[in-house]
Amino acid sequence: MKSNLMRIVSLVVCIAFLSGCTAVKPYQKNKLNDAEMDLGNRKVEKSELSFQSYREGASGANAGKTGGGCGCN
Amino acid sequence: MKKLLLTAAGVFALMQLYAQSSQSDSTGYKSRKLKIEEINLVSSYYKQDGENASVTGGIGSQKLTDIANVIEVKLIRYDKRNRKQRFGLEVGIDNYTSASSDQIDLKANSSASSGDIRIYPTVSMQLENEKKGTVLGFGLSSSSEYDYQSFGAFVSYSKKTKDRNGEFTAKVQAYMDKLALIKPTELRDPSGGGDEDDDDYSWDNRNSYSVGLSWSQVINKNLQMMFMAEAVQQTGYLSLPFHRVYFNDGTVHQENLPGKRLKIPLGIRANYFAGDKFIIRSFYRFYTDDWGLTAHTAQLETAIKINSSLSISPFYRFYNQSAIRHFAAYKEHNDLDKYYTSNYDLSKFNANFFGAGIRYAPPNGLFNIQRLNMIEIRYGHYSKNIRMNADIISMHIRFK
Repeated sequence: MKSNLMRIVSLVVCIAFLSGCTAVKPYQKNKLNDAEMDLGNRKVEKSELSFQSYREGASGANAGKTGGGCGCN
Repeated sequence: MKKLLLTAAGVFALMQLYAQSSQSDSTGYKSRKLKIEEINLVSSYYKQDGENASVTGGIGSQKLTDIANVIEVKLIRYDKRNRKQRFGLEVGIDNYTSASSDQIDLKANSSASSGDIRIYPTVSMQLENEKKGTVLGFGLSSSSEYDYQSFGAFVSYSKKTKDRNGEFTAKVQAYMDKLALIKPTELRDPSGGGDEDDDDYSWDNRNSYSVGLSWSQVINKNLQMMFMAEAVQQTGYLSLPFHRVYFNDGTVHQENLPGKRLKIPLGIRANYFAGDKFIIRSFYRFYTDDWGLTAHTAQLETAIKINSSLSISPFYRFYNQSAIRHFAAYKEHNDLDKYYTSNYDLSKFNANFFGAGIRYAPPNGLFNIQRLNMIEIRYGHYSKNIRMNADIISMHIRFK
């Protein structure tokens, strides 16, 4: 399971970088500037990220919370 | 509900007050006057159930409900050197009820701890130099509930590449927390002479420090990616004092975990615009810590654009973790264990989370109110393979 997931990630990174990065001009960024293309979390996901950080042992690297607040229950 | 409506009405009135002054200026003049950039309201309802409550040593009801409301106000202005200044003020209030907290006292059907309110305000500021492509940010936050206080601070710095297709960000955060040492009732001083009468608990500290680095990169006109790495060091009282652990000899103990924990999460995001209608949002995270927990998170979401103002986003998230080395189930720990917990959130499990969101942003605003320009509703069902389920529904309304 673990090795499969790592293979998938490696593949995605390799494909992205093998194809190379293109210099994209500001006027060519209409799709990249779409609100749905934002690389951050959606604001509506705020409570989801919060409960996941309480109910799961892992947290961080997703702009979610990594400390502060209890979530004891 | 009444409070929520009053808050919404207040926010709307505030928007109207600023409406005239925040009209866009076609001359390119950058106003030094402080203006409201946007106001966001996020509300959510969360419900869970399970059979592995930590308060009762890994057995018992995990029923919990939480209603969260967050309001965020973003203000903007330009300083004398034409740098963009953004100010953020966010206040969140959670109101939760928990069946397991009731069980701090096993004889009680209800106690003060069965429901609580958490208030968490944050203030932040960003200073952006658009010419240089740099952003300096800092902020302060706090979180208060009956038995837990948290104070946080962060500083961040971002720098865009010359062609504005790449961006490096570094963020340093610290949280200084205090928690009340509420013992399970049967473990308290039977003479009643302890300091836990009349809610006068002793408190202990828990501190978290994190350093996060990220790199976002435009790959081409349709694809952008982000790589994130973080190191989080926690020190102090990392157990929870009212979590019971039953040993195999039938004795009951308070959870006892090490006073240090180093967490390393590494994440990658890739968003791809396929054709004109589909946006594929993906996320993967690898996590490891020095308590022996390793986790993988993978999420895939597809935003389908029905038209220019409406989109629907089904999503699926898979999560898998190993147990920390100090975990054992009910009555499986023994006297030889130095550290022990029966908290199933730190056990081995898989979790699936799926649902969908709908986003509506009409050009003339919702109900023809120009400034009420976006609403998003999202529902998700979460289930662990250790008999724990949850549902969450959230709504985000944006005034701009």
